[in-house]
This record gives sequence, C-alpha cells and structure tokens, in this order.
Amino acid sequence: MASLRLLLAKPWIWSFIGALLVWLATIAFTGGYGGGGMITAALSLAVFTVIVGVGQMFVITLGPGNVDLSLPANIGLASAVAMKVMDGNDSMIAVGLLAALACGMAIGAANYLLIWALRIPPIIATLSASFIIQSIDISYGRGLQIKPPPGFASFTNWQIFGIPVLAILTVLFSVGAAIALQRMIYGRSVLAIGQNIRAAWLAGVNVGRIRFLTYTLSGALGGLDGALLAGYFRGANVDIGNEYLLASIAVVVIGGTSVAGGKANVPGVWGAALFLVLLLTMLNTFGVSAGVRLLLTGLIIVGVITAAGGQKALR
Amino acid sequence: MTAVPVETGPKSSSERGALARARLLRGLLPAMSLVLVLLAIAWLNPRAISYFGFSLMLNLAIPIALATIAQMFVIAGNELDLSIGTFVGFVGCVTATWLKDAPLVGVLILLGSIGVYALLGALIHLRNLPSIVVTLGMSFVWQGLAILILPKPGGKAPDWLLSLMAFKPPFVPFPIIAALLIAAVVHFGLMRTSYGVILRGSGGNEAALSRAGWSLLKTKVVLFALTGLFGVLSGMALIGITTSADANIGNGYTLLAIAGVILGGGEFVGGRVSPIGAVIGALTLALAASPLLTFMHIPPDWQVAANGAILIIVLAARVLISRKER
Repeated sequence: MASLRLLLAKPWIWSFIGALLVWLATIAFTGGYGGGGMITAALSLAVFTVIVGVGQMFVITLGPGNVDLSLPANIGLASAVAMKVMDGNDSMIAVGLLAALACGMAIGAANYLLIWALRIPPIIATLSASFIIQSIDISYGRGLQIKPPPGFASFTNWQIFGIPVLAILTVLFSVGAAIALQRMIYGRSVLAIGQNIRAAWLAGVNVGRIRFLTYTLSGALGGLDGALLAGYFRGANVDIGNEYLLASIAVVVIGGTSVAGGKANVPGVWGAALFLVLLLTMLNTFGVSAGVRLLLTGLIIVGVITAAGGQKALR
Repeated sequence: MTAVPVETGPKSSSERGALARARLLRGLLPAMSLVLVLLAIAWLNPRAISYFGFSLMLNLAIPIALATIAQMFVIAGNELDLSIGTFVGFVGCVTATWLKDAPLVGVLILLGSIGVYALLGALIHLRNLPSIVVTLGMSFVWQGLAILILPKPGGKAPDWLLSLMAFKPPFVPFPIIAALLIAAVVHFGLMRTSYGVILRGSGGNEAALSRAGWSLLKTKVVLFALTGLFGVLSGMALIGITTSADANIGNGYTLLAIAGVILGGGEFVGGRVSPIGAVIGALTLALAASPLLTFMHIPPDWQVAANGAILIIVLAARVLISRKER
C-alpha cells in the first residue's frame, strides 16, 4: 500500500495511466481485437517522439524560455542528409547515421551560438535558425527520391516477438538519459541551472558550457531522429519532422517535467509519447473525421495539463 | 535572460547622455529596419514606391499587423500564444461561412471565441498552467473546428467586408492608414491609459502589482480577451482580402506574429512591449517576406531563410546598441 502511494506520487505515473486507459477504451471498442498489434504499432511510433522528447526535456529543464523550436527543420534536413549519404547502399549506413548526427549537432551548436552571441531568448534564436535550416533543406532535398538502404529500412522495422527492436534500444537510451540526468554531473548541472541560474553559477557550474552541451545534445537527437524516420517511412521529406514541434514539447510537459525548469523526468516522456500515439490510434479506430480528431486531441491535451496542474515556479 | 540589469548608482551627466542616446537608438531600431527594407525595395525597383505598389505590397500587412498586436498582448503578460495562427484560420472559416450566411450566428460564434480566450486566461492564472502548452493544445482545437466548418477551401467573405478591405482612400494607400490607426489606438490604450500601465505591470512585476491590490486574475483575463479580439479582427481582415477561406490559411501567423513582436522591440519577459514597434515589425516582415525578395531575384526556396536572416540581423544590431546601454 505504501509502495503504491509512493508510485502515485511520481509525476510520470499519470501519463502511463492515461495511455493504459486509452488502450483499454480502444480494445473495449474493438471487442479485444488487435490489442497486441496496437501496442506494437504504438511502440514503433512512440520511439521517434521519445528521442526528440528527451532532447527537448533537457533543453526545457534549463529554465523558463528555453525551448528548441528548430527540431522539425533539423529532423527534415537530417533525414535528407542521411538518405543522400547512405545513397541506398547498405555499407554506408553507419556513415549516414554519423552524418545525420553531425548535421544535428552542428544545428544545435549554431542555435546556442545565436543565443550566446546575440543574447536573445532561445525561442527566437531557434525560430530564426529553423527558418534558415528549412530553406537549406528545401534547396538541398529538392526532388530527393533516394530510398533508404534495404538493410537500414528493415532494421528500423525489425521486431522480436512483436516488440520493435528500435523501441528496446530507445528504452536503453532512456535509461542512460535518466542516469545522466539524476546521477551525473552534467544532468545535475542542468537541473541546478533550471532551478536558479545565478545560484548555479555561484556554485561553480560552468553555465555556458552546460547550456552549449544541452542545445548540441538536443540537435544531435533531432538529427538521429531524422535519419531513423527516413528509414522507417522509406524516404526523406521536408515535412517529415513537422509534427514533432508540438509533440516534443507536449510529451515533456504531459510527462511531468516542469516548464519552469529544474525538474525533469525521463519515464514521463515515454508515458506521454505512448499516450499521444495511442490517443490518435483510438480516434482513428472510432472512425472520427480529421476535424473531430484534432479537436479532441487538443481538448485532451488541455484537459490533461489542467488536471495535472502547474507547479509554482521556484522563485 | 541570464543577465539581470543591475542598478549601478548615480551616473555622471555624460554617461546619462550616452545612455539616453542608446535608448533612443534602441527605440528607433524597428523603424530603421523598416526604412532599410523600403530603401532596398526603392533601389531595386523604383516603380514599386507608388500608391499602387504599396497597396499591392502591403496587401497582407493588415492581418499580419493585427495578429502581431494580438500576440503582443499575451507577451505583455509574460505568456505566449502558440495558437494565434490556427485561431486566425478558424475566424477566417467562420467569416467566410456563418458571418455571410447567418450574420447573427456568426457574430455570436466570434464573440464566443473571444470568451474562450478570456476563459483560457483565467484557467492559466488559476491553475498556474504553462501558457505554451495550453495554447499548443488550443491550436489543435481551433484547427479541428476550422476543418469541421470548412472541410475544403471555399466560402465567401461578406460583401461589406470585401468593400471595406478594397477601400481606396486618396493619396495614401489603405494598408498604411490602417496600420497607423491600429498602432495609434493600441498605443493609446496600452501605453497611455492607467489600466494599460497595470496590464503591462502584470508582466513586469506580478508580486508588486498584487500587493498593491490589483487582481492578477483580471489582468490576465483582459490580456487574453484582447488577444482574442485582435485575433478575430486579423482573421476577418484576412478573409476580406483573400475573399475565400481555407482551414490552414492562418497557420504561418503564429511564428510570424512572435517574430513581429520581437522585431518591434518587445521582450518575452518583463511586460516590455511596444504597439507601434509591433506594427512596424509586422510591416517589415510583410515587406521583407516576399516583395523585397522577389525584387532581389531570390528563389522561393530561400525566402524563408531570408526571413530568419532579417530577424538575426535586427537582433544583432539591437545587441550592439544594448551593449552601450549597459
């Protein structure tokens, strides 16, 4: 009983409960049919949201105003870079992934350079950067119709007993991210900056370096996500990352990370990503029109955030 | 965001003079960027600088300016509205359908949507919610409603709206008159009235304002309702120009409006906004977005990048000036 109460006190448990409820509602509707396949599909789609969600989580944890709006453009460009470098060739998969990672890291570093050099709010810096990245992508990826190498495409769709391998790898990655956040100097520094940037600086945290690393990390994860998405959906596309602007922010907040900064958790990102994907599946199963689906998605996001309530900022 | 301005005590008169000059320069920066864009256009295509040219180039500036003003109100209260673009689209769909076919119902829907904005303000204040997430959710809601009202592009603007937006005053093109009017009205309301000071104060120092006995709930509700009001005006103006609507018609306005406010000298925190600057920022973006780039023969691929580059250049100039201000 005590352990149950302890579990319920965790901020991330609600997103998992929400995901479970949505799943139960859907299989109640279909009469138990397709419940397993739905989880498989949800896991494979949630992976892409989790990867960028974790990057966004570190950025948001840096404190008020910190957010990476360049992720969609970043994902789009990286997907094109990965496909061009791989060029449908199995032997180039690793090189292509590295190229996408490098592209994402460069974008993240450029974002921080703008924030630091122009001393502008990260929202505007990443927004301006995303305009430029978008143009580069449109120009670079025009008419790009390179299919991913067969090995890479089957890797991103590979399942063992109905569990996508990519999801298993992403779980391992999330465990790593959670350890980095809670047990390593880097993560503790991010939390400290989010709680009080001045106190963190006075305590000897190298604020500039940590912020630089965080934006670069977010960029790198966006780049990786772009390459994986291109593999999963069999091709790069300028608009491939569009939905991840809202999704990456939404999973972070629904997952129980404080928008005021200084408080983060990784499991919630998973719970919220599953919740959002299952929610879409449910509405599709119910056969509602696109308009109703958007309307309900929006109302549920507002409802969830209202029920979860905001935390008072620490200052 | 990292640097907190520190009071440095009394200053010598020469320092104070330099400070005043830097402030003035900073205030003039939005206007200077607009002049710069205009000069570039005049140099590239002198014929564009005419009554007809301005009417054409600034055609879409009115809805952009109104959306920017809408965004400015929430930013004055330290919040952000990520749904203004889809809201403008929703209003556009209502304008092109209900407002023409059943004006009374249309007016009620639009008034109701302003009420929804006011409620959002109350909800955000009472539950202490992050506005970014709430408005993110609302952007889905408005988009969904817009698609339900108008599943495919169509509808028609009411005739009175069409004739209003096609108004051709003598000597000065309508968009310029409209921009001046919008800037003057909002400037007076927000910068010159006593309640306007309270509204900006709610973004400047919440605690001080609430200790002085002002209701923070009320200021937030008023700010959000004003955002809703100007969002409605923007959507209607847009449909008056395009004559028909589409559920996705306003999607680009969210980011354009934020950029316009910042370009016009507004800041994300502290209630530091400028209505005149916001309108100038919107005009600059509207001009820089396509006419200038077309005259410069920049391929459409790079027009978005040029927008980003203009933002970065203006902000860089502001940093150089602010450095003197410190």
